[in-house]
Amino acid sequence: MNASERQAKYYAGVKMINFDLVKEMILALFVVSLVVIGLAAALSSPDDPAVTIQTWATKDPVDFVTTAASELAGTSETAEYGPPYNNTADAAQAVGPISPQTWAGVGTPIDTAQDFVLRPLGFAAIGNPTLTSALQAYGAAGTDQQQTWLTNYSTALSDATVVNAEVSVASGDYGPVPDLMTGLLGLARTGALDGLLLSNGNLYQTDFTLPLLFMGDGSYLSNLADEQHLTGDQWGMMNETGMYPGQTWLWLFSFWYQIPPFTTAANADLVVILLMIVLTALLMFVPFIPILRDIPRWIPVHRLIWRRYYQGK
Amino acid sequence: MDTPATYLSWNFILISVPNLLMIAGMIVVFLVALLAPFPGHAEVTEPEDRPDE
Amino acid sequence: MSEASPKPQAEPSNWTRSIRRLLARNLPLKHLLPDRQPVYVGSWVYIFGVVAIAGLIWVIASGVVLAFFGPQWWHENGVGRFVNSLHLWSVQVFFIFMVLHLWGQYFMAGWRDGRAPTWMVGVVIFAFSIVAAFTGFISQQNFDGEWIAVNAKDATNAAGIGSFFNVLNFGQMYGLHIVLLPMLVVTLIGVHLVLVRMHGVVRPIDSKQPAQPSAEERPS
Repeated sequence: MNASERQAKYYAGVKMINFDLVKEMILALFVVSLVVIGLAAALSSPDDPAVTIQTWATKDPVDFVTTAASELAGTSETAEYGPPYNNTADAAQAVGPISPQTWAGVGTPIDTAQDFVLRPLGFAAIGNPTLTSALQAYGAAGTDQQQTWLTNYSTALSDATVVNAEVSVASGDYGPVPDLMTGLLGLARTGALDGLLLSNGNLYQTDFTLPLLFMGDGSYLSNLADEQHLTGDQWGMMNETGMYPGQTWLWLFSFWYQIPPFTTAANADLVVILLMIVLTALLMFVPFIPILRDIPRWIPVHRLIWRRYYQGK
Repeated sequence: MDTPATYLSWNFILISVPNLLMIAGMIVVFLVALLAPFPGHAEVTEPEDRPDE
Repeated sequence: MSEASPKPQAEPSNWTRSIRRLLARNLPLKHLLPDRQPVYVGSWVYIFGVVAIAGLIWVIASGVVLAFFGPQWWHENGVGRFVNSLHLWSVQVFFIFMVLHLWGQYFMAGWRDGRAPTWMVGVVIFAFSIVAAFTGFISQQNFDGEWIAVNAKDATNAAGIGSFFNVLNFGQMYGLHIVLLPMLVVTLIGVHLVLVRMHGVVRPIDSKQPAQPSAEERPS
């Protein structure tokens, strides 16, 4: 049986009407054009400028220095993230034996102390005797000594003040750490740190992993996001800056993060992903799933859609 | 349009007014599509056994 | 035309002819571009799909202009900002009407009578459209894009694909967004449309159907 015969048989007993698909398409295109052009002209689109490390260091130097110190100490979120950035015990998300994060391994290795602090400072130290000797003193000290200085300094930072654009803490045993932080803050304020974190020796770059992770470890970026209701526990995935609609189609993905146990679970991301994969598969296989495929019969929306046909019968 | 939107909250639900308007609008459009009459089309009278053209 | 009648002599094997005949048997031009439809398509619910496609045409057209002038253009130029706005709002139109189309097809149980593949391809289109939109939002090179990247990495890392699909790598996300994903979405929509035209519009639920075996639907 060819297609014509099959269709004639399928539509046996059904009235056929003239229908112009191409005209319908052109008409739809015309109406959509008016709507899209009208909305674009009337409402424009959002474009809140990106936060840079320079902005961060200038607007919230205490948060910047606190974050930098935690990178040096290896206590920041990135430093303790686990794969793909490093091998931190028990950091990877898992559901029982299922842990794709672990299986994938360290594909993007990052040494937070080196990559975010010491390497950039190495460049800034050229021609800067204070910074050079601070780096030497820090490098020469043992790991325990470094950790003592950093722990003391981080504790003191909770009461830090900003004096003459410098971060000032009560006196204590911090070794060369304050000089290192002053150096990094200075580098950040000039904008040079944005460039140094991006560059890997090549002129051209498109990989923003280091600057984004560094900013993500601090509070400045997330505080701004919080003001715009963009954080995970504010249905942030669905939202947009300003008065613009966001990605409303992500409502179900966002939903899980708003309810227990996902609100506090360490493996929430993995669980939500697995859940959404299952739900998407369910949606895809609806034609084969009892109950799901029968709901259209039980909730008779179709009797409205096809009322002409049913009335004619 | 760049000032932050107003958000409405109820229990754990937190939604921006623009998003709410979007979703409400979609439901309205669906209901209108269900209920609004569709222009009639002429019934086809000649049989469909013309060769491919 | 039946091919069961005996031929005077065996035709030599010809793949081109075989494919042509396969197409002619399954999707003749008059079914690809039909000028008639069953009477029950007289409902506004049937326009959602084509309106979504109209939205996608604007997404692609505005996207081509944005790509032509480069990712910084719309930040620095008023016309660029307008084209970006066209892109944003046409994406909204595309998703709104794609979801309305899904609602409509669900309540019409459009997968009946051998149309399960059409439904399944539709869900795949939906999924890849979400990924395409995601890579777009992440490629904005502004605060929103920055924040999305920093958060999305937790999802991709947890899924074990964070290094392979690095949301913090603008070059990768942008390339996927302007080349690979549009090609994928458009191709899948093409397949979807061919399937729709091959099968024709599904009959109303509980209409007396000619006996047709179908794995996914009990006889009504």
